[in-house]
Amino acid sequence: MHIVVLVKQVPDTAAERTLSEADHTLDRETADLVLDEINERATEEALTLKEAVGAEVTVVSMGPGTAIDAIRKVLAMGADRGLHICDDRLHGADAVTTAKTLAAAVRRLEDVDLVLAGNTTTDGQAGAVPAMVADLLGLPQLTHARELTVDAGRVRAERETENGEATLDAPLPALVSVTEKINEPRYPSFKGIMAAKKKPVETVDLDDLFPGVDDTGFLATRTHVVDAVPRPARAAGIRITDDGSAGRQLVGYLIAQKLV
Amino acid sequence: MPDVLVLVDHDGERVHKSTYELLTVARRLGDPAAVVVGTPGTAARLREPLARHGATTVHAAESTEADEFLATPAVEALELAVREVSPAAVLVSATTDGNEVAGRLAARLDGGLLTDAVDVDSSGVATQVVFGGSYTVRAQVTHGLPVIALRPGSCEPEERPVEAGERELALPPVDRAASARITARRAALAGDRPELTEATVVVSGGRGVAGADGFKVVEQLADALGGAVGASRAAVDAGYYPHQYQVGQTGKSVSPQLYIALGISGAIQHLAGMQTSKTIVAVNKDPEAPILDVADYAVVGDLFAVAPRLIQEVAVRREAG
Repeated sequence: MHIVVLVKQVPDTAAERTLSEADHTLDRETADLVLDEINERATEEALTLKEAVGAEVTVVSMGPGTAIDAIRKVLAMGADRGLHICDDRLHGADAVTTAKTLAAAVRRLEDVDLVLAGNTTTDGQAGAVPAMVADLLGLPQLTHARELTVDAGRVRAERETENGEATLDAPLPALVSVTEKINEPRYPSFKGIMAAKKKPVETVDLDDLFPGVDDTGFLATRTHVVDAVPRPARAAGIRITDDGSAGRQLVGYLIAQKLV
Repeated sequence: MPDVLVLVDHDGERVHKSTYELLTVARRLGDPAAVVVGTPGTAARLREPLARHGATTVHAAESTEADEFLATPAVEALELAVREVSPAAVLVSATTDGNEVAGRLAARLDGGLLTDAVDVDSSGVATQVVFGGSYTVRAQVTHGLPVIALRPGSCEPEERPVEAGERELALPPVDRAASARITARRAALAGDRPELTEATVVVSGGRGVAGADGFKVVEQLADALGGAVGASRAAVDAGYYPHQYQVGQTGKSVSPQLYIALGISGAIQHLAGMQTSKTIVAVNKDPEAPILDVADYAVVGDLFAVAPRLIQEVAVRREAG
């Protein structure tokens, strides 16, 4: 079995994130970049399958030069090889370009049975990219899975969203995105970290992925940011210490604000 | 006026409020045309309320397997409708399902995708809140069909009764090799409470609630205020409350009129999911809790002392008023 894990390097959510004033894209220079936590869970799921049924695990990441760190981390966890899509023309790529590029990278790999991804990245809330990649590859989307079973050429997943839960079933090959509830990811061992340095990582650019494609068409800017303004920080308001009357004072406030 | 396609969110019998919000916003851009994807007979049941909210056309994409497969039938239906009417834009609700459908449609048609919009003006400029509410971005689609996912609760739906024409969209059979079949479904147990992202009041509990039992007081306060219940990631991770109620970076984003945080410290990941709320009230024992610094009304105190008193006071005022 060949499993592909799609991972992304994101700014640490525990730190402040800013948009560049020049082009309204994420200011990566001022951000602490880390492997998105959810990707570690997708990786863990791939490695569990690898241990159970035997599989080759390829990690794919699209991002600037620093994304190699995210790839190495996944290799240190136990993935076999990496594919780094690195091209300055992808700076500020929208979701459609991102999905097309990732789909092209997966197509380049041979005999892929399962594509795994995190269900949403913390730097872009929509969580639509895995479903978009599935659509472009003509694969069933089993997204937002908190449980995954692969057996006899089929994949089954327990999907969990705000609408409730659903059991999904599809034939392989398929794409699965996992939620943070699916597992607890392992830590890379020292041995794993050392081994990761020797594992093969191929670096490709858009010309490799889309030979002969006119990039003005492919990279057409579909959306344009008119302006981006930091929202004013919320100022602290009224503060009281409960002396037994906080409930009464609070209801008075809510009434004054016409909230009750 | 060009058509603006609106994907209808429904449970087979009832149209969700978020759809009326989409129809209201769609009117700014053109003639709202509703696309109903469901089993045969669904569109006929939903036509009247859709027309009452301004849908000039109801496109019926019906098949017996329409609700058996995840997302694919809705993507196919919208793609068919787009080819038929060449709309000015496609609007969907920014739910998990809606975001995925919007993304797939945009990917197929090479359209421009704008997600997490909280407003769209008549020139098609969408306002988005990014990085958990730390930035307001205004963006527009400059190439290809605009596909916009609008957060539920972003506007007040307006009734605008019209005569709705009905058209059929012939859904192709679902490609089983390219689609995930839904073999079982368990609805979220919302009970009588409003949906978290649609509620005007949200009461959330955190680690300070100290157990599943402790959440009873969170629920009671929510019920007293007619609100929804939320939970911080710490509370969900500790098993106090189900994941589907998680508010924050990796859960849901809410912006109700009133958000009450009980025993929540206010990690940046939590603030990301609620700091666009109109009014924030926080109760926390720890005077250093960061949530107290973003609250409009902060109480340093024990939630188990403050919340029951608040419930009592609300009940008294209700009876008096």
